[in-house]
Amino acid sequence: MPPQRQIRVGNQWMRAKDAQRALEEALRVQREEESAHGPHQSFISKYVFSIDHKWIGIQYGITSLTFLLIGFSMMLLMRYQLAWPGKPFPMWIANFLGASNAPGGVMLPEFYNQLGAMHGTVMVFLAIVPLAVGAFGNYLVPLMIGAPDMAFPKLNMMSYWMYLPGGLLMMSSFFIPGGAPNSGWTSYPPLSVIATHGQTIWILGMILLITSSLLGSVNFIVTIFQLRAKGLTFMRLPFFVWAQLITSFLLLLAFPPLEAAAILQLMDRVGGTSFFMPSGLVVSGAPLEVAGGGNPLLWQHLFWFLAHPEVYVLILPGMGIISEVIANNTRKPLWGYKSLVGAGVFLGFMSFVVWAHHMFLTGMGTAISAFFQTTTMIISIPSVIILTALLISLWGGSIRFTVPMLFALAFLPMFGIGGLTGLPLGLAAADIHLHDTYYVIGHFHYVVAPGTIFAMFAGIYYWFPKVTGRQMNEKLGKLHFWGSLIFINGVFAPMFIQGLAGVSRRLYDGGAQYVHAKPVLHTNVFMSISAFLLLAAQVPFIFNFFYSIAKGRRVTSNVWDATTLEWSATTSPPLAHGNFAVAPVVYRGPYEYSVPGHPTDFFPQSEPDETLPAPATTGGGLLPAGAVAQKEI
Amino acid sequence: MDAHAGTLDPHAHAGADHHEIEIPYTVHSRPDTGVYNGKLGIWLFLASEVMLFGALFSTLILLRTSAPNWPRGQDILNVPLATLNTFVLIASSVTVVLAWANFRLGNLKKGKLWLFVTLLCGFGFMIIKSIEYTTKISHHLVPATNNFYATYYVMTGLHGLHVLGGMIVFAYLILTANKWYGEKREQFTNRVEVTGLYWHFVDLVWIFLFPILYLL
Repeated sequence: MPPQRQIRVGNQWMRAKDAQRALEEALRVQREEESAHGPHQSFISKYVFSIDHKWIGIQYGITSLTFLLIGFSMMLLMRYQLAWPGKPFPMWIANFLGASNAPGGVMLPEFYNQLGAMHGTVMVFLAIVPLAVGAFGNYLVPLMIGAPDMAFPKLNMMSYWMYLPGGLLMMSSFFIPGGAPNSGWTSYPPLSVIATHGQTIWILGMILLITSSLLGSVNFIVTIFQLRAKGLTFMRLPFFVWAQLITSFLLLLAFPPLEAAAILQLMDRVGGTSFFMPSGLVVSGAPLEVAGGGNPLLWQHLFWFLAHPEVYVLILPGMGIISEVIANNTRKPLWGYKSLVGAGVFLGFMSFVVWAHHMFLTGMGTAISAFFQTTTMIISIPSVIILTALLISLWGGSIRFTVPMLFALAFLPMFGIGGLTGLPLGLAAADIHLHDTYYVIGHFHYVVAPGTIFAMFAGIYYWFPKVTGRQMNEKLGKLHFWGSLIFINGVFAPMFIQGLAGVSRRLYDGGAQYVHAKPVLHTNVFMSISAFLLLAAQVPFIFNFFYSIAKGRRVTSNVWDATTLEWSATTSPPLAHGNFAVAPVVYRGPYEYSVPGHPTDFFPQSEPDETLPAPATTGGGLLPAGAVAQKEI
Repeated sequence: MDAHAGTLDPHAHAGADHHEIEIPYTVHSRPDTGVYNGKLGIWLFLASEVMLFGALFSTLILLRTSAPNWPRGQDILNVPLATLNTFVLIASSVTVVLAWANFRLGNLKKGKLWLFVTLLCGFGFMIIKSIEYTTKISHHLVPATNNFYATYYVMTGLHGLHVLGGMIVFAYLILTANKWYGEKREQFTNRVEVTGLYWHFVDLVWIFLFPILYLL
């Protein structure tokens, strides 16, 4: 008879199967007790001001997905105007926008500017980062490292309750006189300093959001350093956790300079100072009465010191998700785990010294341009290493084409396009032609939309059974995937053509009044129709999401046969608060798939080696199945 | 967590669950990192503070080097008062260490006394600062006057807010000392320690602000 594999539970040794059974039984009893005794917590403390990282993660997830849809809708309004400039909106949309924004159904240029600024702000600060870090990070990091919760649960709650008011404050700016901020998501002065009151709201909202992300990042770093389970060394961490760790450092160190810049801009707007206001500025024919002597470029430096690391904040968690999904669905270890980690850390460091490649055309001088051009070329190396490692990981795997895997597979070429089209922008000479054209829009949307957002979709489909205990519908998932893949390319690929033709990114009419834009103007209609169809492609997802929460197929705890702790050491959904019935112990790296000689094709991190001798328990033998559960409970 | 590690009984967790679950290394240091959670947390927070004030110092340098004329701080600011304030703040850095040491040694009363002295120092600093501010404002020297005063007010103002934050925490620690010291002595002492670390940082910022704004 082959030796039975055993697991230590407390000071007992038992077969893996028995342990699993005992655990599930324990959890069932616990749930019954909870429902029998009624809720121990009030509704408020359980669902509103919760300190459980899982519920906070869900709060972040729902809120950020809502903002994602709002940001997308803003873009759809803009795309309508770009494709058919001056054409009135359908009545119900015109009524919704109101006469002050779209008199007679035709969007005002001022309103277009507001939508442009708010689309960027909402997508970056209210949708993608909170989804990637707040939702996925919060829910998964403690589970993946075997921790009962985050290191500072109350700070975690406070982080969400800074984020939501910050977001609502931002959105409220649409309802004040002068409307929402309209100086672009980058808020360049002097324009932003003399802009309408919406800009002040933007600054106050940003200060709340920065505080939120500061609380979150401190919490993540402390949690990952301090609360790792026994045996979980740094080189045994899933790459997702590494990605979250690096991301947190970027948020921690890059956001404060923007906070400083926001304070200075607030002073310029409210206190009459001239940090960013040069002398002798004439606005609408009248000289501006400020002390002067300020420097508008200073804002750009401070802003991009945040906003470039922010780009990596947007992409790193996505890469982490893709790594987990690829390892799980190829049924083999990730290729080059150490290179991935090394590249990720190097990427984090380098992201602090590339910011001025956004400023080649500001006249800051060739020497500085040459420096930042060099660092920009260097930072492309770790990105290529990561993408290559993920690509080679596919080699020789027995790939399962699940919905999360489809999104992960699409991520690779899509992010590849986004990354490669960035190189010409990083070279100062090429950037002269491409700067501020639709080429730039195409480039970073390829990184963030079919890149990061696809990674987020992969993550949602992949961890949905973890959160709900049910699986999302496969057919609807595939419909969502193929629709999204086709139409998202329809939206963004023509932008490269427009950009190379020199069409500026900030035109209210999409370039209709420019001769050089004439040959590529027809692509506007194609892009806009693709965008509307892209919205249609999200309908199966939205339906699937809610339907599956209620009616999805119930699945076992480890539905994907995964190795990492969140699947193998706890049930799906996990315990109410505290995560693990038994503190897990980690014996090996995160991606031990298809280990030769192992009976199954996955070898969970928390499962002891077969060769480990089981200590002699009293009675000498194994307990019969179920006996442990009964005895312990 | 360790207390529950040896049992499969979910009630051990469920019992504590509804109030607070136990987070490891809240009080004691983790052997391989050598710190408890709060200490690592405050160091990370201070790292972000370095970036915040670093950005402001960079702003000052950039504006000053590009300005055709920039006033010398000693000509227009009150150096004697600021020197006095520097001593007050440095003294408070000593007293907060004395408070922590006394809590470590088990002297609750002395610890509280030194915390109170620290709070008084912070209060004294704010009084002196407000005298400086009101004098300047009464001469119509406000942030909008020129970029020297703009940076002066923003940097010392933000620093003042940090002093105020520290004072609020000290007041909280003094008010809750008896209760906490009795129940969770070690955790309370840790709280004093991390607050002290923060307070040293606030001092350090002033040590940079004083020469750069007042003397150079």
